Amino acid sequence: MAGTMTAERAVALLAGDQDKSLLRFLTCGSVDDGKSTLIGRLLHDTKRLFEDQLASLEKDSRRYGTTGGDIDFALLVDGLEAEREQGITIDVAYRYFATEKRRFIVADTPGHEQYTRNMATGASNADLAVLLVDARNGILTQTRRHATIVSLLGIRHVVLAVNKIDLVGFDKAVFDRIVADFEAFTAEFGFATRVAIPLSARFGDNVVGPSDRIAWYRGPSLLSYLEGIEIVPPAADGPLRFPVQWVSRPDQNFRGYAGTVAGGTARPGARIVAAATGQEARIARIVTMDGDLDAAPAGSAVTITLDREIDLSRGDLMVAADDRPDVSDQLAAHVIWMNEHELLPGRTYLMKSGTRTVGAAVSELKHRVDVDSFKELAAKTLQLNDIGFCNLSLSEPIAFDPYGENPTTGSFILIDRITNATVAAGMIRFGLRRATNIHRQALTVNKSARADLKGQKPCVLWFTGLSGAGKSTIANLVEEKLHLMGCHTYMLDGDNVRHGLNRDLGFTDADRVENIRRVAESAKLFVDAGLIVLVSFISPFRSERAMARGLVEGGEFVEVFVDVPLAVAEARDPKGLYRKAREGQIKHFTGIDSPYEPPEEPDLRLDAAEEAPDALAERVLSYLVAKGYAGTHRRRR
Amino acid sequence: MNAALTHLKRLEAEAIFIMREVAATFEKPVMLYSIGKDSSVMLHLARKAFFPARPPFPLLHIDTGWKFREMIRFRDETAKRLGFDLLVHTNTEGRDRGINPFDHGSSVYTQIMKTEALKQALTQYGFDAAFGGARRDEEKSRAKERVFSFRTAAHAWDPKNQRPELWSLFNTRVSPGESIRVFPISNWTELDVWQYILAESIPIVPLYFAAKRPVVERNGQLIMADDERMRFLPGETPQQRSVRFRTLGCYPLTAAMESEAATLEDIVGEMFIARTSERQGRLIDHDESGSMEKKKREGYF
Repeated sequence: MAGTMTAERAVALLAGDQDKSLLRFLTCGSVDDGKSTLIGRLLHDTKRLFEDQLASLEKDSRRYGTTGGDIDFALLVDGLEAEREQGITIDVAYRYFATEKRRFIVADTPGHEQYTRNMATGASNADLAVLLVDARNGILTQTRRHATIVSLLGIRHVVLAVNKIDLVGFDKAVFDRIVADFEAFTAEFGFATRVAIPLSARFGDNVVGPSDRIAWYRGPSLLSYLEGIEIVPPAADGPLRFPVQWVSRPDQNFRGYAGTVAGGTARPGARIVAAATGQEARIARIVTMDGDLDAAPAGSAVTITLDREIDLSRGDLMVAADDRPDVSDQLAAHVIWMNEHELLPGRTYLMKSGTRTVGAAVSELKHRVDVDSFKELAAKTLQLNDIGFCNLSLSEPIAFDPYGENPTTGSFILIDRITNATVAAGMIRFGLRRATNIHRQALTVNKSARADLKGQKPCVLWFTGLSGAGKSTIANLVEEKLHLMGCHTYMLDGDNVRHGLNRDLGFTDADRVENIRRVAESAKLFVDAGLIVLVSFISPFRSERAMARGLVEGGEFVEVFVDVPLAVAEARDPKGLYRKAREGQIKHFTGIDSPYEPPEEPDLRLDAAEEAPDALAERVLSYLVAKGYAGTHRRRR
Repeated sequence: MNAALTHLKRLEAEAIFIMREVAATFEKPVMLYSIGKDSSVMLHLARKAFFPARPPFPLLHIDTGWKFREMIRFRDETAKRLGFDLLVHTNTEGRDRGINPFDHGSSVYTQIMKTEALKQALTQYGFDAAFGGARRDEEKSRAKERVFSFRTAAHAWDPKNQRPELWSLFNTRVSPGESIRVFPISNWTELDVWQYILAESIPIVPLYFAAKRPVVERNGQLIMADDERMRFLPGETPQQRSVRFRTLGCYPLTAAMESEAATLEDIVGEMFIARTSERQGRLIDHDESGSMEKKKREGYF
């Protein structure tokens, strides 16, 4: 009851409580190595479990337990129904506990390869990793994979917990062998500390207190090690980095930049610049609801005002004037691929870095890391849970630091533009060149001057549809009719381009994406030349059509969906390709064993199963005239 | 990274970052306001996040019609005092059908008057992001949830297929009809909440403080007779006992605890030596094993 604790004592406890440092760590390693059990044991033995939670744990242990009637501590953290039924961890669970010395947030992460992205989620905010190994099995592929991810994510402290030591008879030789393996394969990982502890999560040996069953081990228990380790936070002492999150303009007299200090300390009077433009100002005030601050260290959420107006908005990085980050639209990064759909080099994804979101494509996949051998292997794509090193090309330059110097300004995620799924996590290593030093050549004879001379409005007519739908036939007729009207046109045909520009490409998803990227870039050049460009390509993926549309200006892209049911196209089979695909002679054939994603909102939909090509071509022509692309201007002279 | 910040300042900064991220990237956010201590903390954080501007979103309260009277009074006073727009939504169809916690059981009642009501309101106003005050230390399925938790157009949560969430890079993108539930105080514990309320002098509903109140003991739980609609079992008569509430919900479904803690300091003192979890007093959590996850998948906060 409350009577035993006086209000004065509570306040005194509170004061001490605020001074405790925080350690964020994760447990990782292969499936069934006892991660969840270890956390359950830590919570139990540090008296963090309430009576009703213990009662419910006992009930759950009888129902789902895998420990033969004993309390199954894993059930404390495996909070999802599916996890308890299957006896595995699917997603990361966060638990909170404190001792007299320190407070802890622990992320319990899944061991299955299938759920590696959830492990990476838990690791991204951790200061330390407890890597578990089952003493009977030693180092496994997943142990190596997790150690690799821990290292890539910049975690500098690792504890190797050799669990289930009771099941190998507390054998020191087994322990020594595993530790030697571990030290050998992590030698190059750049960990600041590596410590190995033999323990039994199930029975509590060396978890909270020392164990007299492992007399040959004289080091600390896991908990006392975690309580004692010093963590130096990255970026706190570095140069000022302040990603602008939100511009606060409550009235005409106030303009403040809201955000969280991501590096260094913000102080009134400090000289800052907007990283992208180099425009300079001084910090005037650091505003909070509790009053203005004299200093805002890294991690503070504040609102900064400046002594003069400069161009700054959400996504920009405010930085120390005398210590600026890189600014580039080309950079090299490690990525962890986290989606069932493979990485497609050349496809444009959205990249979110800090508070900035830009378009980004992998321009070159340098290598994939094999987590067993740590060899760098050549790769054309990355699959789910693969780790790769690549060059990225961005739609506009961003300001960044190498991840090792500042994880906030050096990290990013990639998002699929159509599904909005988070498909990758990335760690920037370095910029490839200073984009700011390369200026685009501004030309005096420009697109509108060229188009004007031709009396037309340039555009891309993008014909998409299944093989055999009639795209090329219709596009040919349209071009003939435009030509007769005196329009200047150019045709990019799928088959023809594959004989020349794209003859090095095959038909995998990755090659199809690159195929379309090159065609879209070529179409853009012809539009710039003032032409009406007809592109006739199956172009099966929405993403690439969206990318092609994004390359030209608004109103310069007309998506024409030549729509026939697969059965009709297959019955026509003008080139005999469907037959070969059905017989297995052609792989990755659209509609058969490779998907076609129909346009959701095409500018024109042609029902090519019902109407004849000439009638359809006339419809395209009427559209072009109605929208002013052709036939509205007289030709000059 | 936060060596120079105290524990509470760090938690505060994290919540403020999350709130600003929502305000900057969503079309139409809303803050779910449950009137409890966690909601009081969220309101306070929202004011800090946007100061000197006002928070750019309204509050939404799902009123089941069975909240403690003191809660409703506190809700209206608070919205007025702080100048928030307050939207109140009740599942009128459920109310008209007479759905109540006595006749229909906590499970059916919660589904219709809370979960369905919430989904109705979110759909009706077209909110694409909704802040909730849930914390990961409350319950084991909440411990698994992301800070930015994706919901389908049908408001469903798929716990087996959550978006990866690395660093503080929150993916805020949704398609029309889809939404995100956002939990700015995910990483706070119950003790953190009380310490913050104490440190920042945040007003809370008086029911959190011990006072003599009319209660009956039922299945080992103390239930307060808040108004004349309370149904007594044979032999039950309300007794005046010194009690307080650790969490607040619908009065027939929220158990009180015996306590003499009449000040915040007393409450924090009790928290340091608490032997049961806060959700012990939530009758809806005991419906069946895994009941919170089931409710959440269906759209409950």
